[in-house]
Amino acid sequence: MADITVDARNLQCPMPVLKVAKAMKDVRSGQTIELIATDKGALSDIPAWANDMGHSLKEQFEEDSEFHFILEKS
Amino acid sequence: MTTETSDEAALKSAVEEAFEEEKTPEKMVIIAASGDLDKAWPVMILATTGAAYGMDVTVFFTFWGLGILKKPGTGLTGEDWRQKMLAAFNRGSTSHLGLSKLHFAGMGPAMMKGLADKYNVASVQELLETAQDMGVKLWPCQMTMDLMGISRDDMIDGLDKPAGAGSAISLMKEASISLFI
Repeated sequence: MADITVDARNLQCPMPVLKVAKAMKDVRSGQTIELIATDKGALSDIPAWANDMGHSLKEQFEEDSEFHFILEKS
Repeated sequence: MTTETSDEAALKSAVEEAFEEEKTPEKMVIIAASGDLDKAWPVMILATTGAAYGMDVTVFFTFWGLGILKKPGTGLTGEDWRQKMLAAFNRGSTSHLGLSKLHFAGMGPAMMKGLADKYNVASVQELLETAQDMGVKLWPCQMTMDLMGISRDDMIDGLDKPAGAGSAISLMKEASISLFI
């Protein structure tokens, strides 16, 4: 279970990245965030953002056409 | 032999974290020179996303781009009749931006905004407010203000000091991303 869940469902680019970036400020190093999005662009944007920012993408899966990303703060 | 206590470890990680945050962020500059909706949109999308990447983002609004910063309902601005005419045909603010093509006397932008609503695309106004919340700096161009007769009071709150080409170049020289849109 992630420390924080961020709901970005039904939001288009660039909102999933903006929302997860904002939430990342509220957690400490080592804590996790679960982002749920429906924007297909998030499939490439979220891993790119996490990689660039140094956060690790622990898990990524699709469930009922919703994309889940578990990210751990660096 | 000494072992690090958990208090010391916590202090060390707090210091490291503080140090990490003090790193000078990379800079991103966008010159927003167009008052078209289809240009203002990517300007605000890229500015907010740059901020989400932890970058120090500045948007410099010049020529028609300055209109994006006008308060809604500003009316005729300036002293000269030509400035007033410019204002009459370029009402500005995020609610009166036209499309560079398929404008159709305002029907195009209305349809585009309807689609954005339907498909949950954040509006230029929403993104502008988000950008301000995220600390994006918004610079109005002083020369454009003088040319078009637009005063500080005609523009939205929370802007940075008006600046010129020199400030923009100084910033772009240091920026890792510079865009002209």
